[in-house]
Amino acid sequence: MIPNITGDSASHEIGGLLYNGLVKYDKDYNIVGDLAKSWEISPDELSITFHLRKDVRWHDGKEFTAHDVLFTYRFMIDPKTPTPYAGDFLLVKKAEVLNRYAFKVSYEKPFAPALISWGMWILPQHLLEGKDVRKSPLNRNPVGTGPYLFRQWKTGEKIELEANPNYFEGRPYVQKVLYRIIPDSATLFLELKAGGVDWSGLSPMQYQRQTDTGEFRRKFRKYKYLASGYTYLGFNLKDPRFQDKRVRQALAYAVDKEEIIKVVLLGLGVEATGPYKPDTWVYNPHVKRYPYDPERARELLAEAGWKDGDGDGIVEKDGQPFRFAILTNQGNEERKMTAEIIQKRLERIGVKVEIRIAEWASFINFFIKNRRFETVLLGWSTGQDPDLYEIWHSSKTLPDEFNFISYQDPRVDGLIEEGRHTFDRKRRKACYDRIQQILAEDVPYLFLYTPFSLPVIHARFKGVEPAPAGISYNFIKWYVPQDQQRYKE
Amino acid sequence: MLSHIVKRILLSLPLLIGITFVSFLVIRLAPGEPVSLQTDLNPRVSAASKAQLRHLYGLDEPLPVQYAKWAWRSFRLDFGRSFSPDGRKVTEKIAERIPITIFLSLLEMLVIVLIAIPIGILSATRQYSLFDKSTTIFVFLGFAMPTFWLALLCMNLFGVHLGWLPISGLQSMNYAQLSMGGKILDRAQHLIMPVLVGAFGGLAGFSRYMRSNMLEVIRQDYIRTARAKGLSERTVIYKHALRNALLPVVTILGLSVPGLIGGGVIFETIFAIPGMGQLFYGSVMSRDYPVIMGILVIGAALTLFGNLLADISYALVDPRIRVAKER
Repeated sequence: MIPNITGDSASHEIGGLLYNGLVKYDKDYNIVGDLAKSWEISPDELSITFHLRKDVRWHDGKEFTAHDVLFTYRFMIDPKTPTPYAGDFLLVKKAEVLNRYAFKVSYEKPFAPALISWGMWILPQHLLEGKDVRKSPLNRNPVGTGPYLFRQWKTGEKIELEANPNYFEGRPYVQKVLYRIIPDSATLFLELKAGGVDWSGLSPMQYQRQTDTGEFRRKFRKYKYLASGYTYLGFNLKDPRFQDKRVRQALAYAVDKEEIIKVVLLGLGVEATGPYKPDTWVYNPHVKRYPYDPERARELLAEAGWKDGDGDGIVEKDGQPFRFAILTNQGNEERKMTAEIIQKRLERIGVKVEIRIAEWASFINFFIKNRRFETVLLGWSTGQDPDLYEIWHSSKTLPDEFNFISYQDPRVDGLIEEGRHTFDRKRRKACYDRIQQILAEDVPYLFLYTPFSLPVIHARFKGVEPAPAGISYNFIKWYVPQDQQRYKE
Repeated sequence: MLSHIVKRILLSLPLLIGITFVSFLVIRLAPGEPVSLQTDLNPRVSAASKAQLRHLYGLDEPLPVQYAKWAWRSFRLDFGRSFSPDGRKVTEKIAERIPITIFLSLLEMLVIVLIAIPIGILSATRQYSLFDKSTTIFVFLGFAMPTFWLALLCMNLFGVHLGWLPISGLQSMNYAQLSMGGKILDRAQHLIMPVLVGAFGGLAGFSRYMRSNMLEVIRQDYIRTARAKGLSERTVIYKHALRNALLPVVTILGLSVPGLIGGGVIFETIFAIPGMGQLFYGSVMSRDYPVIMGILVIGAALTLFGNLLADISYALVDPRIRVAKER
């Protein structure tokens, strides 16, 4: 439970209640201060100075200072720290403590994602310095600065947190938070109905069909907000057939995204038109779109030389029929259904699709790393900063890197570099707007959909206000009216 | 006799090493690594960080070296630390879960024996009666029904609609505030469904086995003699026949001892019970090598120990075996 060194979403969620970063996102994805009261970016954009709050104490009572920040930075870049998240911090040229409440970092080049990278949780120097983090008692009994204190962890059963009475933004109203570990989703749903769980997530099926009873509506409030991520069909651009833009566009016209959303997500999603979700500042709605149009798809294929000459229903070029496989990973029912719908739609324009499903480890090691795929159906969780370097820059095509469709466009490369090396939001927006247009025109990915997150919370909790960033941003202000409180001391 | 035992122990040592070596190889042959499962397709994780993680876990060394290191540490009873985020000692992780699984398995076994043996006896003595036929249907229904499905149905009925029993887990949320008696009651309520649902599936095997043993025994001459002597049917069945019919059943019970620590993956997942099944499944899925190896070694050692015990006790009980071996 030192979330800086773990990769799972559960420990990150709980970590959010235990720790703070210097900065954080507010409900509309604007960067605001957390442990830092304010910050300044130097005129040359090469360094950031954070001014820290003076009223923060660690859960054990010790005062929080700039030395903890410096320690956390050193901890993250220490080769002995088993963290996957060192990347952003390795770009720091110099980090220094100016005084007890001021901390300054400098970079070689202006680096826009740098600011939010300091949203990384700050760790207590006095408890971790000089110790082997893997053996630290803090793994089981974390000490942070956050709104909740860690109380108890029963492996495989539950984790218990209690409100921090001295929290610098005020004591949270909900006194105790209990995370129960229920691995099976059907059991979880029954527990919810029986009152053993107050907050959980729903599947689209549960949201639309299984919770539509009078009793459920009386007892629970369902919420929805756009998840940070999208599902796409990626074309292997090393495959000569997919190097022709007209072919990729044809396939885009032939797939009915609305149908996929209606069938797979029961309507609980929106069309994706690019790598950003529609309710963020960086999203550009003015890009080329591909409404379902099989006629147009056939024309484009014909232009590219794919025609059904022998009347077998499959188009061919130079005697080769157009067949390819959609590769996806096992255990994701939504992707499997999406693949099946695409298969059916493409058959109508004379393209024969096979679906290949592989177990995750072999999916990555055998197929993705070695580029042994024709198209791949997958999803990305979008990070908080709009930087696209890792996924779209042409330098990121090594086996272990993420541009595995081998997309290379010097215009996009330039815009990505420009966008990540300036802090000016207007300039960044201009870069990303243009990139979204190029990607929509080029269709290296067939962007499919962004699903909704579907949390459900017991009706006695008040103060829940869904926003683009979700619902948990104001968790410390949630409350239960006295007469409805169920658990009392 | 003593030399026989010593020989057996010495023989099981290379066996144990062989088992660990093969398990080690098999796990490593499976695609994927703990590091890659944590970091694959996460754009925030650079290739350099990944390589560094591999190095920290010692995964960049050649396999034989890794095995030798592992074996040497294990020889000193140090099974290392889990690769999972908590980084705890493997022995600690196992010690925390084994009691839960053993306790549940024992309870389940007890319920099975208590129900299956009477069913077996009664169906044997009343062969082809209505009772025999209906219990046959009942136990095979249990055998054929998927546990997870039955469990979900029961949860829905007893947990959601009737509200009699808790649905999952081992204790209620307010457990800490309960009195001693309340705690015991709370625990018991949480155990009822998992134990009964688990036992239902195991009834068939035992009761059928009991039935066929009993049928065989009551056709024996000495039972006819007992009847001819004019003993009551009760005495014949429960005093003379039952003892002999039970012997093979006891053997089966003994053989299922290593299974006690296994736990069931689906079963534990459905009921959210933090037992060995979940631990093992979770470690395999996340390629947590130290934990997987730890569990396998314990399992292998227990099985070998069980075999050894069986062997020795056979030799003690049955002179024919001892003689044959010594010859």
